[in-house]
Amino acid sequence: MKVLMFGWEFPPKIYGGLAVASYGITKGMIEGQPDAEITFCLPKPCGEEEKFLRIIGMNQVPIVYRGHDYDYVKSHIPDYMTPEEYYKFRDHIYADFSYMNVNDMGCMEFAGGYPGNLHDEINNFSIIAGVVARSEQFDIIHAHDWLTYPAGVHAKMVSGKPLCIHVHATDFDRSRGKVNPTVYSIEKNGMDHADCIMCVSELTRQTVIREYHQDPRKCFAVHNAVYPLPQEYLDIPRVDHGKEKVVTFLGRITMQKGPEYFIEAADLVCKRSKNIRFCFAGSGDKYWEMVDLAAAKGIADRVHFPGFLRGKQVYECYKASDVFVMPSVSEPFGIAPLEAMQCGTPSIISKQSGCGEILDKVIKVDYWDINAMADAIYSLCTNEGLHKYLQEEGLKEVAEITWVKVGHRIRKLYDECIYNGGFIH
Amino acid sequence: MKRICLYFEIHQIIHLKRYRFFDIGRDHYYYDDYENERSINDIAERSYVPALQTLIQMCRDHPEFKVAFSLSGVGLEQLEFHAPQVIDLLREINSTGQVEFLCEPYSHGLSSLANEESFVAEVKRMSDRVKELFGKRPKVFRNSSLIYNDEIGAQVAAMGFKGILTEGAKQVLGWKSPHYLYHCASDPRLKLLMRDINLSEDITERFTSHPLMADQWLDWIASTPEGENIINIFGELVTFGIFHPLQSGILEFLKAIPVLAKERGIGFALPSELCAEKSVGAIEVPYNISWVDEERDTSCWLGNVMQREAFNKLYSVADRVRVCGDRRIQMDWDSLQASNNFRFMTTKPGYQYRGIYDSPYDAFTNYMNILGDFISRVNNLYGGADNEEIDGLITMIKNQDDELAAKDKEIERLRKKLEKFNPTEVEEKKPVKKAVPKKPAAAKKAAEKAKPAAGAAAKKVTAPKAAPKKK
Repeated sequence: MKVLMFGWEFPPKIYGGLAVASYGITKGMIEGQPDAEITFCLPKPCGEEEKFLRIIGMNQVPIVYRGHDYDYVKSHIPDYMTPEEYYKFRDHIYADFSYMNVNDMGCMEFAGGYPGNLHDEINNFSIIAGVVARSEQFDIIHAHDWLTYPAGVHAKMVSGKPLCIHVHATDFDRSRGKVNPTVYSIEKNGMDHADCIMCVSELTRQTVIREYHQDPRKCFAVHNAVYPLPQEYLDIPRVDHGKEKVVTFLGRITMQKGPEYFIEAADLVCKRSKNIRFCFAGSGDKYWEMVDLAAAKGIADRVHFPGFLRGKQVYECYKASDVFVMPSVSEPFGIAPLEAMQCGTPSIISKQSGCGEILDKVIKVDYWDINAMADAIYSLCTNEGLHKYLQEEGLKEVAEITWVKVGHRIRKLYDECIYNGGFIH
Repeated sequence: MKRICLYFEIHQIIHLKRYRFFDIGRDHYYYDDYENERSINDIAERSYVPALQTLIQMCRDHPEFKVAFSLSGVGLEQLEFHAPQVIDLLREINSTGQVEFLCEPYSHGLSSLANEESFVAEVKRMSDRVKELFGKRPKVFRNSSLIYNDEIGAQVAAMGFKGILTEGAKQVLGWKSPHYLYHCASDPRLKLLMRDINLSEDITERFTSHPLMADQWLDWIASTPEGENIINIFGELVTFGIFHPLQSGILEFLKAIPVLAKERGIGFALPSELCAEKSVGAIEVPYNISWVDEERDTSCWLGNVMQREAFNKLYSVADRVRVCGDRRIQMDWDSLQASNNFRFMTTKPGYQYRGIYDSPYDAFTNYMNILGDFISRVNNLYGGADNEEIDGLITMIKNQDDELAAKDKEIERLRKKLEKFNPTEVEEKKPVKKAVPKKPAAAKKAAEKAKPAAGAAAKKVTAPKAAPKKK
């Protein structure tokens, strides 16, 4: 089973949840299925990715013929790639792209991440995908998130192999319904061409069916999972604040994550309780608005904004919290509560979060129901029984959610696409 | 002759309302009036009324037919308030004389597992209510959800009951059959009636999923081995109409029983009649059993840490509530104790009905908020006196109560003696009984000297009322 995957992010370079999910899915498949081979195409790998799968840097694939000799090529490509591979790609250039802005090796440069000219990069990515699809042998194509859908569609056109697309989020989640028409058209086009649409939750699946008019027979909910914490993070001690309790929000401070509801709930709690503090970690376009809101409510002394946390800091923050809150307005999956539970921090999540579909040992409230949210926060801070129950049972529950299981589920869907001609007959 | 002992429970909780933590200390009313009225009317209309009418008709048509009921105090309050027609029907069926009313804890709670005095007090209260309503003091007891163990058996026997209903749970019966009369291992005066799980649940649980004909069911009873003569069929009255809708034909099933039983030579018996017979042996029940879930234990109320925390917190004020004279607090205490509140918090898989709550955590949070307010109200009665102080006083009051009871007995004994010697003088001596409270007054003074808060340690204790003023 050879899979050609297109992705935009991969650890160690992490911009958001997409990198973590891409890593989990591929690693889970490789660990659970000895016959799986994955070729993962990234716009701009940093060269320090783990080597359990083959990485192709799209910025190293030539689209314009250059007659360099072996030694020159060898000295100008990174060490995860061989000159033979370079020559193979060069042999499959399918059109004249010399009008484009290519470098000395005949390749396109990528800024990586989410630059201002994102739409150009998406387009370039799909041009290069044509070269890769012509030179590689594979059984199925798997494209992660809308940025790589055009590449996936292109590869399907060239090779005739089935296309699976993985919906990590839709523009409906990101914009609370006010979609960007360009993004929507890219998403819709990718879904229309896909043989199988894997959504990270039933919530997303319903959005895909309802808003993108997809056939429900080819849409499937494939929930994400988490990796067990490395020893380094397990060793971080849990912090006991004595009489004080800390309630944490951690994520991008944007409209999608519902930060204002957290402040509103915090305000209600602060009116009744003197020893609960709130930690508002993350950055985003609503950061200053939230600082203002906290000040306007007169609770700025109890709400703390540590800013953007990375790597180990994230886990230190979880471990120092008594309650984790994710009040997202619309969350396709939302991996953060699972991580908090791994750290032994009980979570309150909005019912509009996809991860709620597979979690039982969390408190679920409507994102807009600040009374219920405040009540749950207060209850977790004051009732030891509830806290202990969710802490212990949460750890057990989250330990059962593994990427290997996700890998098996994806493999079943692959098999259906490859051997039975998809889901719509 | 084989006899069927039919018993039905009548209990509905007082539903608690959505109570946020902001309400703690501000709002002392905990009930969802709308839901209470709606649900009790719905249940009365769909279940209690048609079922009782059918049973009344059955009693009239078949003089040998007998059936037992028990009411919980909170359920009774609900019925009195919202659906008094059900009480009328119960009186009507009572007048046929083929009916027995059993006693159960007033609150339908778990006090038997937590606080003996509170348990005894609420059982007595319920017993009085039953006497008042139906004219007869109950002789047989059934605990909330048939919870039982040897210790509870001993307490119930000490209250003077002749028998107790409990579950014929496999883990206590083993190879034994529930079709005999047993007695309590710690007090042989108390007879045990063990529910036949299969035959009971054929009706209460499986009637819709595995439709059943009355003749088939009675054939099973008739085919039980020779000598197994007691068939205990216990269930809730809502089996008829709520668990199984009336269109399932469950009332027709019920109606057919007496005729078909007669054909097969099967009779009926009331619990008290059975308890007057001789038992075949003791049953040891070291651990709690109940009629709930596959486990037949208390795990659906006390299975997880949340439930245990709520339970412990609730009963931590049991003594204070019992000795306080505040009527409203004691009413709230009854409705908070109802075991259903704990059941809403269960995390056992497959449990669906949670009232207004959408998860066990939600149920727990709401309950703890109410409990928080309730406990602070109870403590306010005692003017913030610390626990040790109050516990000391409560012990003192209890000791004095015991002393008084012992003295009462002594007086009674002496009076009887006196009667023998001088029958005419009895009339004059009667005031002796009335004079009794005078003695405790002396004790009271002693107590007052020791601690003013014990002030009202009179016969029917109302002590703490005086305390807050003092502080």
